Amino acid sequence: MAYSLKQQVEKPERFVGGHRLCAGCGAAITVRGVMRALKPEDKAVVVNATGCLEVSSFLYPYTAWEDSYIHSAFENAGATAGGVEAAYRVLKKKGKVNETFKFIAFGGDGGTYDIGFQSLSGAMERGHDIVYVCYDNEAYMNTGVQRSSSTPRFADATTTPAGSIIPGKPQNKKDLTAIMAAHGIPYVAQTTFLGNFKDFHEKAEKAIYTEGPTFLNVMSPCPRGWRYETEDIAEICKLAVDTCVWPLFEVVDGVWKLNYEPRKKLPVEEYLKKQGRFRHMFNPGSEWMIEEVQKHVDKKWEALLNKCK
Amino acid sequence: MTMTKKANEIKASEINESTPWQEMTIGGEIYEGGTSALVNTGEWRTMIPIFHEEKCNHCMLCVPFCPDSSIPVENGKRKDFDLMHCKGCGICFKVCAHKAISYEKVGA
Repeated sequence: MAYSLKQQVEKPERFVGGHRLCAGCGAAITVRGVMRALKPEDKAVVVNATGCLEVSSFLYPYTAWEDSYIHSAFENAGATAGGVEAAYRVLKKKGKVNETFKFIAFGGDGGTYDIGFQSLSGAMERGHDIVYVCYDNEAYMNTGVQRSSSTPRFADATTTPAGSIIPGKPQNKKDLTAIMAAHGIPYVAQTTFLGNFKDFHEKAEKAIYTEGPTFLNVMSPCPRGWRYETEDIAEICKLAVDTCVWPLFEVVDGVWKLNYEPRKKLPVEEYLKKQGRFRHMFNPGSEWMIEEVQKHVDKKWEALLNKCK
Repeated sequence: MTMTKKANEIKASEINESTPWQEMTIGGEIYEGGTSALVNTGEWRTMIPIFHEEKCNHCMLCVPFCPDSSIPVENGKRKDFDLMHCKGCGICFKVCAHKAISYEKVGA
Protein backbone atom coordinates (compact mmCIF):
# COMPACT_ATOMS: atom_id res chain seq x y z
CA MET A 1 0.00 0.00 0.00
CA ALA A 2 1.26 3.47 -0.88
CA TYR A 3 2.59 5.54 2.01
CA SER A 4 0.21 8.08 3.50
CA LEU A 5 1.46 10.30 6.31
CA LYS A 6 -2.16 11.15 7.20
CA GLN A 7 -2.98 7.49 7.80
CA GLN A 8 0.24 6.83 9.69
CA VAL A 9 -0.17 9.67 12.21
CA GLU A 10 -3.69 8.49 12.98
CA LYS A 11 -2.26 5.32 14.58
CA PRO A 12 -2.23 5.18 18.41
CA GLU A 13 1.01 6.64 19.83
CA ARG A 14 3.46 4.02 21.16
CA PHE A 15 6.04 6.43 22.63
CA VAL A 16 4.19 8.96 24.78
CA GLY A 17 5.11 12.40 26.10
CA GLY A 18 6.43 13.06 29.58
CA HIS A 19 9.80 11.40 28.91
CA ARG A 20 12.79 13.44 30.05
CA LEU A 21 14.71 13.70 26.75
CA CYS A 22 15.81 17.29 26.00
CA ALA A 23 13.60 19.71 24.07
CA GLY A 24 14.13 19.05 20.36
CA CYS A 25 15.80 15.64 20.85
CA GLY A 26 16.35 13.65 17.66
CA ALA A 27 16.30 10.28 19.46
CA ALA A 28 12.63 10.75 20.36
CA ILE A 29 11.75 11.50 16.74
CA THR A 30 13.59 8.33 15.67
CA VAL A 31 11.76 6.18 18.20
CA ARG A 32 8.34 7.55 17.29
CA GLY A 33 9.04 6.99 13.60
CA VAL A 34 10.15 3.38 14.10
CA MET A 35 7.30 2.48 16.46
CA ARG A 36 4.77 4.04 14.08
CA ALA A 37 5.84 1.51 11.42
CA LEU A 38 4.49 -1.37 13.54
CA LYS A 39 1.05 -2.67 12.65
CA PRO A 40 -1.24 -1.56 15.50
CA GLU A 41 -2.25 -5.17 16.16
CA ASP A 42 1.36 -6.36 16.58
CA LYS A 43 3.09 -6.17 19.92
CA ALA A 44 6.71 -5.25 20.45
CA VAL A 45 9.48 -5.94 22.90
CA VAL A 46 11.86 -2.99 22.99
CA VAL A 47 15.42 -3.50 24.17
CA ASN A 48 17.44 -0.40 24.93
CA ALA A 49 21.18 -0.01 25.31
CA THR A 50 22.31 2.47 27.95
CA GLY A 51 22.25 6.01 26.67
CA CYS A 52 20.20 9.21 26.61
CA LEU A 53 17.13 7.36 25.42
CA GLU A 54 17.36 4.77 28.17
CA VAL A 55 17.93 7.14 31.09
CA SER A 56 15.19 9.48 29.86
CA SER A 57 12.41 7.19 28.69
CA PHE A 58 12.17 4.95 31.76
CA LEU A 59 12.49 6.62 35.15
CA TYR A 60 10.74 4.33 37.59
CA PRO A 61 7.75 4.24 37.71
CA TYR A 62 7.32 6.32 34.56
CA THR A 63 7.77 4.63 31.20
CA ALA A 64 7.25 6.44 27.90
CA TRP A 65 6.78 3.09 26.15
CA GLU A 66 3.40 1.49 25.52
CA ASP A 67 5.19 -1.78 24.70
CA SER A 68 7.31 -4.12 26.82
CA TYR A 69 10.69 -2.58 27.51
CA ILE A 70 13.98 -3.97 28.81
CA HIS A 71 17.17 -2.21 29.73
CA SER A 72 20.12 -4.39 30.72
CA ALA A 73 23.45 -2.69 30.02
CA PHE A 74 25.44 -0.58 27.58
CA GLU A 75 27.19 -3.42 25.80
CA ASN A 76 24.53 -6.04 25.29
CA ALA A 77 21.32 -4.71 23.68
CA GLY A 78 21.93 -7.02 20.70
CA ALA A 79 22.37 -10.08 22.93
CA THR A 80 19.34 -9.20 25.06
CA ALA A 81 17.12 -8.73 22.01
CA GLY A 82 18.39 -12.00 20.55
CA GLY A 83 17.69 -13.84 23.81
CA VAL A 84 14.13 -12.55 24.05
CA GLU A 85 13.48 -13.45 20.43
CA ALA A 86 14.83 -16.99 20.95
CA ALA A 87 12.60 -17.45 24.03
CA TYR A 88 9.59 -16.18 22.08
CA ARG A 89 10.19 -18.67 19.28
CA VAL A 90 10.18 -21.54 21.79
CA LEU A 91 7.06 -20.27 23.60
CA LYS A 92 5.27 -19.79 20.30
CA LYS A 93 6.15 -23.33 19.19
CA LYS A 94 4.81 -24.68 22.47
CA GLY A 95 1.57 -22.70 22.04
CA LYS A 96 2.19 -20.56 25.13
CA VAL A 97 2.18 -17.28 23.19
CA ASN A 98 -0.26 -16.60 20.40
CA GLU A 99 0.20 -12.93 19.60
CA THR A 100 2.73 -11.66 17.08
CA PHE A 101 5.67 -9.92 18.71
CA LYS A 102 8.39 -7.88 17.06
CA PHE A 103 11.78 -7.30 18.66
CA ILE A 104 13.34 -3.89 18.34
CA ALA A 105 16.61 -2.82 19.92
CA PHE A 106 17.53 0.85 20.20
CA GLY A 107 21.01 2.12 20.91
CA GLY A 108 22.81 5.42 20.50
CA ASP A 109 26.06 5.56 18.60
CA GLY A 110 27.99 4.96 21.84
CA GLY A 111 25.98 1.79 22.54
CA THR A 112 26.12 0.69 18.89
CA TYR A 113 29.31 1.81 17.10
CA ASP A 114 31.47 1.33 20.23
CA ILE A 115 30.35 -0.47 23.37
CA GLY A 116 27.56 -2.70 22.05
CA PHE A 117 29.30 -3.55 18.81
CA GLN A 118 30.34 -7.11 19.68
CA SER A 119 26.87 -8.16 20.88
CA LEU A 120 25.23 -6.47 17.90
CA SER A 121 27.57 -8.25 15.50
CA GLY A 122 26.92 -11.57 17.26
CA ALA A 123 23.15 -11.20 17.21
CA MET A 124 23.22 -10.35 13.51
CA GLU A 125 25.47 -13.30 12.70
CA ARG A 126 23.24 -15.73 14.64
CA GLY A 127 20.30 -14.63 12.51
CA HIS A 128 17.80 -13.59 15.18
CA ASP A 129 14.57 -12.08 13.85
CA ILE A 130 15.25 -8.65 15.34
CA VAL A 131 15.63 -5.03 14.25
CA TYR A 132 18.51 -3.02 15.63
CA VAL A 133 18.03 0.73 15.35
CA CYS A 134 20.93 3.07 15.99
CA TYR A 135 19.89 6.64 16.76
CA ASP A 136 23.16 8.20 15.71
CA ASN A 137 23.85 11.58 17.33
CA GLU A 138 27.60 11.26 16.85
CA ALA A 139 28.90 11.41 20.43
CA TYR A 140 28.22 10.31 24.03
CA MET A 141 25.61 12.99 24.62
CA ASN A 142 24.20 11.53 27.84
CA THR A 143 27.46 11.92 29.73
CA GLY A 144 28.48 15.26 28.16
CA VAL A 145 29.50 15.04 24.52
CA GLN A 146 32.54 12.75 24.64
CA ARG A 147 33.72 11.57 21.22
CA SER A 148 32.65 8.16 19.92
CA SER A 149 33.78 6.27 16.82
CA SER A 150 30.75 7.86 15.13
CA THR A 151 31.87 11.44 15.82
CA PRO A 152 32.95 13.01 12.53
CA ARG A 153 36.46 14.38 11.99
CA PHE A 154 37.06 17.92 13.34
CA ALA A 155 33.98 17.87 15.60
CA ASP A 156 34.59 19.65 18.90
CA ALA A 157 33.83 17.07 21.60
CA THR A 158 34.77 17.32 25.28
CA THR A 159 37.43 14.60 24.88
CA THR A 160 38.65 16.00 21.55
CA PRO A 161 38.41 19.75 22.22
CA ALA A 162 39.22 22.01 19.29
CA GLY A 163 42.10 24.33 20.16
CA SER A 164 45.75 25.01 19.43
CA ILE A 165 46.84 21.39 20.06
CA ILE A 166 44.22 19.47 18.03
CA PRO A 167 41.56 20.73 15.58
CA GLY A 168 38.73 18.68 17.15
CA LYS A 169 38.43 14.93 16.62
CA PRO A 170 41.44 13.68 14.63
CA GLN A 171 39.77 10.59 13.08
CA ASN A 172 37.02 10.11 10.52
CA LYS A 173 33.63 8.63 11.40
CA LYS A 174 33.33 4.84 11.30
CA ASP A 175 31.06 3.64 8.48
CA LEU A 176 28.89 1.34 10.58
CA THR A 177 26.09 0.96 8.04
CA ALA A 178 28.58 -0.57 5.57
CA ILE A 179 29.97 -2.81 8.31
CA MET A 180 26.46 -4.07 9.08
CA ALA A 181 25.85 -4.67 5.36
CA ALA A 182 29.04 -6.76 5.34
CA HIS A 183 27.33 -9.12 7.81
CA GLY A 184 25.23 -10.29 4.84
CA ILE A 185 21.95 -9.76 6.67
CA PRO A 186 18.72 -9.36 4.66
CA TYR A 187 18.15 -5.64 5.27
CA VAL A 188 20.33 -2.66 6.19
CA ALA A 189 19.38 0.97 5.69
CA GLN A 190 20.41 4.49 6.51
CA THR A 191 17.92 7.35 6.87
CA THR A 192 17.04 10.55 8.72
CA PHE A 193 14.11 12.98 9.15
CA LEU A 194 13.01 14.42 5.84
CA GLY A 195 9.75 16.04 4.73
CA ASN A 196 6.83 13.67 5.13
CA PHE A 197 8.98 10.85 6.59
CA LYS A 198 8.33 8.58 3.59
CA ASP A 199 11.93 7.37 3.33
CA PHE A 200 12.17 6.85 7.10
CA HIS A 201 8.84 5.06 7.39
CA GLU A 202 9.35 2.69 4.49
CA LYS A 203 12.76 1.69 5.83
CA ALA A 204 11.45 1.15 9.35
CA GLU A 205 8.60 -0.94 7.99
CA LYS A 206 10.95 -3.06 5.86
CA ALA A 207 13.34 -3.48 8.78
CA ILE A 208 10.56 -4.66 11.11
CA TYR A 209 8.75 -6.90 8.65
CA THR A 210 11.74 -8.49 6.91
CA GLU A 211 12.39 -11.89 8.47
CA GLY A 212 15.82 -12.18 10.07
CA PRO A 213 18.21 -9.64 11.49
CA THR A 214 17.95 -6.09 10.15
CA PHE A 215 19.75 -2.86 10.92
CA LEU A 216 18.64 0.74 10.64
CA ASN A 217 21.01 3.68 11.12
CA VAL A 218 19.19 6.96 11.71
CA MET A 219 20.99 10.29 11.90
CA SER A 220 19.33 11.83 14.97
CA PRO A 221 20.73 15.32 15.59
CA CYS A 222 21.35 16.49 19.16
CA PRO A 223 20.85 20.24 19.66
CA ARG A 224 23.01 20.30 22.82
CA GLY A 225 26.00 18.41 21.46
CA TRP A 226 25.91 19.74 17.90
CA ARG A 227 25.14 23.24 19.16
CA TYR A 228 22.31 24.51 16.97
CA GLU A 229 18.94 26.01 17.87
CA THR A 230 16.41 23.27 18.72
CA GLU A 231 13.93 24.38 16.05
CA ASP A 232 16.43 23.85 13.18
CA ILE A 233 16.52 20.03 13.16
CA ALA A 234 14.65 19.61 9.83
CA GLU A 235 17.07 22.00 8.11
CA ILE A 236 20.12 20.21 9.56
CA CYS A 237 18.87 16.82 8.32
CA LYS A 238 18.05 18.19 4.87
CA LEU A 239 21.54 19.72 4.61
CA ALA A 240 23.12 16.43 5.74
CA VAL A 241 21.56 14.60 2.78
CA ASP A 242 21.99 17.42 0.26
CA THR A 243 25.71 17.70 1.02
CA CYS A 244 25.99 13.87 0.90
CA VAL A 245 27.40 13.87 4.44
CA TRP A 246 24.59 11.40 5.31
CA PRO A 247 23.40 9.66 2.13
CA LEU A 248 20.11 7.76 2.12
CA PHE A 249 20.51 4.19 0.93
CA GLU A 250 19.49 0.62 1.67
CA VAL A 251 21.06 -2.79 1.15
CA VAL A 252 18.46 -5.46 0.39
CA ASP A 253 19.85 -9.01 0.30
CA GLY A 254 23.27 -7.63 -0.54
CA VAL A 255 22.06 -5.31 -3.30
CA TRP A 256 22.91 -1.64 -2.68
CA LYS A 257 20.30 0.94 -3.60
CA LEU A 258 20.59 4.72 -3.43
CA ASN A 259 17.29 6.25 -2.28
CA TYR A 260 18.05 9.93 -2.74
CA GLU A 261 20.35 11.84 -5.02
CA PRO A 262 20.44 15.59 -4.41
CA ARG A 263 19.50 17.62 -7.47
CA LYS A 264 22.43 19.85 -6.60
CA LYS A 265 25.11 18.44 -4.32
CA LEU A 266 25.82 21.25 -1.85
CA PRO A 267 29.30 22.05 -0.49
CA VAL A 268 29.90 20.60 3.00
CA GLU A 269 30.27 24.01 4.63
CA GLU A 270 26.52 24.53 4.20
CA TYR A 271 26.03 21.69 6.69
CA LEU A 272 29.04 22.46 8.91
CA LYS A 273 28.37 26.17 9.41
CA LYS A 274 24.99 25.50 11.02
CA GLN A 275 26.60 23.76 13.98
CA GLY A 276 28.64 25.10 16.86
CA ARG A 277 30.72 21.91 17.08
CA PHE A 278 32.35 22.87 13.75
CA ARG A 279 32.63 26.62 14.42
CA HIS A 280 36.46 26.59 14.68
CA MET A 281 36.63 25.32 11.07
CA PHE A 282 35.54 28.75 9.91
CA ASN A 283 38.38 30.62 11.62
CA PRO A 284 41.03 32.18 9.33
CA GLY A 285 43.67 29.57 8.51
CA SER A 286 41.25 26.64 9.03
CA GLU A 287 40.19 26.38 5.38
CA TRP A 288 42.18 23.14 5.04
CA MET A 289 39.81 21.44 7.47
CA ILE A 290 36.78 22.14 5.29
CA GLU A 291 38.76 20.96 2.24
CA GLU A 292 39.64 17.71 4.05
CA VAL A 293 35.99 17.10 4.96
CA GLN A 294 34.89 17.82 1.38
CA LYS A 295 37.50 15.40 0.03
CA HIS A 296 36.38 12.69 2.45
CA VAL A 297 32.67 13.18 1.68
CA ASP A 298 33.33 13.15 -2.08
CA LYS A 299 35.36 9.95 -1.82
CA LYS A 300 32.67 8.18 0.24
CA TRP A 301 29.91 9.44 -2.07
CA GLU A 302 31.71 8.19 -5.22
CA ALA A 303 32.26 4.81 -3.57
CA LEU A 304 28.58 4.64 -2.63
CA LEU A 305 27.48 5.52 -6.18
CA ASN A 306 29.70 2.71 -7.46
CA LYS A 307 28.18 0.22 -5.03
CA CYS A 308 24.68 1.31 -6.05
CA LYS A 309 25.25 0.90 -9.80
CA MET B 1 -0.22 -6.63 59.12
CA THR B 2 -1.12 -4.69 56.01
CA MET B 3 -2.37 -6.44 52.92
CA THR B 4 0.30 -6.36 50.25
CA LYS B 5 -0.78 -6.02 46.66
CA LYS B 6 0.47 -8.26 43.90
CA ALA B 7 3.14 -6.53 41.82
CA ASN B 8 0.91 -6.28 38.76
CA GLU B 9 -1.77 -4.52 40.80
CA ILE B 10 0.53 -1.66 41.78
CA LYS B 11 -0.01 1.40 39.59
CA ALA B 12 2.64 3.98 38.71
CA SER B 13 0.28 6.74 39.87
CA GLU B 14 0.36 5.27 43.40
CA ILE B 15 4.18 5.31 43.68
CA ASN B 16 5.94 8.44 44.89
CA GLU B 17 8.95 9.56 46.95
CA SER B 18 7.34 8.47 50.24
CA THR B 19 6.21 5.01 49.12
CA PRO B 20 7.81 2.31 51.34
CA TRP B 21 9.72 -0.38 49.45
CA GLN B 22 7.21 -3.05 50.46
CA GLU B 23 4.61 -1.30 48.33
CA MET B 24 6.83 -0.99 45.26
CA THR B 25 7.31 -3.52 42.48
CA ILE B 26 10.41 -5.72 42.56
CA GLY B 27 13.33 -5.06 40.21
CA GLY B 28 12.13 -1.68 38.99
CA GLU B 29 9.38 -3.30 36.93
CA ILE B 30 6.15 -1.61 35.96
CA TYR B 31 3.13 -3.41 34.55
CA GLU B 32 1.41 -0.69 32.49
CA GLY B 33 2.49 1.25 29.42
CA GLY B 34 2.86 4.97 28.81
CA THR B 35 2.98 6.04 32.47
CA SER B 36 5.29 8.96 31.66
CA ALA B 37 2.14 10.75 30.48
CA LEU B 38 1.63 11.52 34.19
CA VAL B 39 4.78 13.68 34.18
CA ASN B 40 4.43 17.40 33.46
CA THR B 41 7.34 18.29 31.17
CA GLY B 42 5.44 21.32 29.87
CA GLU B 43 6.90 23.34 32.74
CA TRP B 44 10.33 23.12 31.06
CA ARG B 45 9.20 25.51 28.34
CA THR B 46 10.82 28.89 27.81
CA MET B 47 9.25 29.20 24.34
CA ILE B 48 5.74 28.11 23.35
CA PRO B 49 4.18 27.12 20.01
CA ILE B 50 0.73 28.59 19.32
CA PHE B 51 -1.63 26.74 16.97
CA HIS B 52 -3.66 28.84 14.53
CA GLU B 53 -6.33 26.39 13.41
CA GLU B 54 -7.75 28.66 10.70
CA LYS B 55 -4.43 28.54 8.79
CA CYS B 56 -3.85 24.78 9.19
CA ASN B 57 -4.56 22.53 6.22
CA HIS B 58 -3.87 19.38 8.25
CA CYS B 59 -0.96 18.25 6.06
CA MET B 60 0.48 16.59 9.23
CA LEU B 61 4.10 17.46 8.39
CA CYS B 62 4.59 18.75 11.95
CA VAL B 63 3.31 15.58 13.65
CA PRO B 64 6.19 13.10 13.09
CA PHE B 65 8.75 15.83 13.88
CA CYS B 66 7.48 16.34 17.45
CA PRO B 67 9.88 14.69 19.95
CA ASP B 68 7.29 14.90 22.71
CA SER B 69 4.29 13.31 20.98
CA SER B 70 2.47 16.55 21.72
CA ILE B 71 0.51 17.04 18.49
CA PRO B 72 -2.65 14.93 18.78
CA VAL B 73 -4.45 13.80 15.62
CA GLU B 74 -8.10 12.81 15.46
CA ASN B 75 -10.21 11.89 12.42
CA GLY B 76 -7.79 13.39 9.91
CA LYS B 77 -7.41 16.67 11.84
CA ARG B 78 -4.51 17.85 13.93
CA LYS B 79 -5.67 19.15 17.30
CA ASP B 80 -4.21 21.84 19.55
CA PHE B 81 -0.93 21.12 21.35
CA ASP B 82 -0.67 18.88 24.39
CA LEU B 83 0.94 21.58 26.52
CA MET B 84 1.44 19.32 29.52
CA HIS B 85 4.19 17.53 27.56
CA CYS B 86 5.38 20.02 24.88
CA LYS B 87 8.85 21.32 25.83
CA GLY B 88 8.70 24.20 23.36
CA CYS B 89 11.52 23.12 21.01
CA GLY B 90 9.92 24.92 18.04
CA ILE B 91 10.58 22.22 15.43
CA CYS B 92 6.88 22.22 14.44
CA PHE B 93 6.97 25.99 13.94
CA LYS B 94 9.87 25.63 11.50
CA VAL B 95 8.44 22.73 9.46
CA CYS B 96 4.97 24.27 9.06
CA ALA B 97 4.63 25.60 5.49
CA HIS B 98 1.31 27.35 6.20
CA LYS B 99 2.30 29.61 9.10
CA ALA B 100 -0.29 27.83 11.22
CA ILE B 101 2.12 27.73 14.17
CA SER B 102 3.73 30.75 15.78
CA TYR B 103 6.54 30.53 18.32
CA GLU B 104 6.71 32.93 21.24
CA LYS B 105 8.47 33.55 24.54
CA VAL B 106 6.58 32.05 27.47
CA GLY B 107 4.72 34.81 29.30
CA ALA B 108 5.59 37.43 26.68
